[in-house]
Amino acid sequence: MSSAALHDTRLLTARSLRHILRSPDTIITTAITPIAMMLLFVFVFGGAINTGSSESYVDYMLPGILIITIASGVAYTSYRLFLDMSEGMMLRLRSLPISRSSILWGHVLTSLAANAISLLLVIGVAFLAGFRAQASVLDWLAVAALLLATTLALTWVAVIAGLSAKTVDGASAFSYPLILLPFISSAFVPTDSMPKAVAWFAEHQPITAIVDSLRSLLTGSGVDASIWVSAAWLLGLLAAAWGLSLYVFARKTRG
Amino acid sequence: MQAIEVHGLHKSYKDLHVLRGVDLVVQPGSIYALLGSNGAGKTTLVQILSTLLSADAGQVLVNGFDTATQPRHVRESLSLTGQFAAIDGVLTGRENLLLLARLRRQPDPERAADALLERFDLTEAASRRASTYSGGMLRRLDLAMGLVGGAPLVLLDEPTTGLDPQSRIQTWHIIRELAASGTTVLLTTQYLDEAEQLADRIAILHDGTIIQEGTLADLRKLLPPATIEHVAKEPTLEDIFLNLVGSASTPEGATS
Repeated sequence: MSSAALHDTRLLTARSLRHILRSPDTIITTAITPIAMMLLFVFVFGGAINTGSSESYVDYMLPGILIITIASGVAYTSYRLFLDMSEGMMLRLRSLPISRSSILWGHVLTSLAANAISLLLVIGVAFLAGFRAQASVLDWLAVAALLLATTLALTWVAVIAGLSAKTVDGASAFSYPLILLPFISSAFVPTDSMPKAVAWFAEHQPITAIVDSLRSLLTGSGVDASIWVSAAWLLGLLAAAWGLSLYVFARKTRG
Repeated sequence: MQAIEVHGLHKSYKDLHVLRGVDLVVQPGSIYALLGSNGAGKTTLVQILSTLLSADAGQVLVNGFDTATQPRHVRESLSLTGQFAAIDGVLTGRENLLLLARLRRQPDPERAADALLERFDLTEAASRRASTYSGGMLRRLDLAMGLVGGAPLVLLDEPTTGLDPQSRIQTWHIIRELAASGTTVLLTTQYLDEAEQLADRIAILHDGTIIQEGTLADLRKLLPPATIEHVAKEPTLEDIFLNLVGSASTPEGATS
């Protein structure tokens, strides 16, 4: 990125971050549903769930909750982008002599910041609910990198939704399947407890790999093969969503 | 060099042939009105001039730069105020202007913002979120944002649609000031009196072509000479309204 593009991106990120500072409820609502789910699972359902491992249930399911947090957090990106598209703001920005990519990156960087805060909130409550990690500093860094990569990839999916949506509701509807996806993965119950077809799906979808990687990092078991599967999924998704975003952006903004 | 030069411009949306061979020349420093009813293609033309849309055929030069091959130079040399307010409602009026001033790389963004707030009578509301502004205030802020950076060409797409009479006259005043300071103004309007009041030249866009172009005097010549009738001069409703609400400037008084 050229220094001019960085300058524009910094300004537009600051603008978008200000939206979050002025309506902190977007962060609270992002964090509150996963927190409620976590408490429900830990203190209501958890006693009846047999994960087949010795770790406490909150340790087991936190990675899935973190993915749900990200999936609901990125919906705000498509919402804000949709508003820019439907109000005159996008026309004005595009009529300025600024870098075009900065218009999208401003929203994407804001999403990274907002989701990081939501994730910290959720992890904080998890600690209060009894979550304990055996992770080293290096493990934690790997956890942070994985969560960041997941947020980045899903944010670009959100960008596609925000650019192509026709209504406000449509802009955030894409996030519902994303929020449900962790339930059909190893996030809350081991996949071998599921019917055969469902288990097959669960074992081969990206959330299972990501959740397994996060879990093994947090429990201090180090990395296993799942981290490479996760990395491959995330890089693939990131490349596809980013490319498609740029394509949709170019198409939507060219007559 | 002309501020705007358009030759043989065509533009279609799927089956809809919106512009069918538009030719247009706008001289620097003038006010040019593009008159047409809804759907005549005014906005399409403005968006092509500001590089938001690409032309299907024809050549478009803005301040000597080709919109097809030098879009960046075109964007540097004009500013657009579209038909719908392009304002971030979460930011204050001042923050909106500051954002634009910084994106346009003004040497002193703070001063540029404050000067525009002052000029558009928004100083008092400067630190309020734009979403709390009235319609007239939003339109003024929108116009102000279009002037950040002092581009030599200003495109105004229906600048007074939806404004109350006072704001409308205020807007006219600002447009005249802009032209007086050497800025070229191209505005679209569906109000005949607006074109009559402001424009040095008027083009009538109808069904995708410019069917007539010239000064107001030129256009008047198209019709038979005026017949003299004796009509008692009654104040217009606008005169009465402005008198009652105590506006400092009457429509005539706003004429520079």
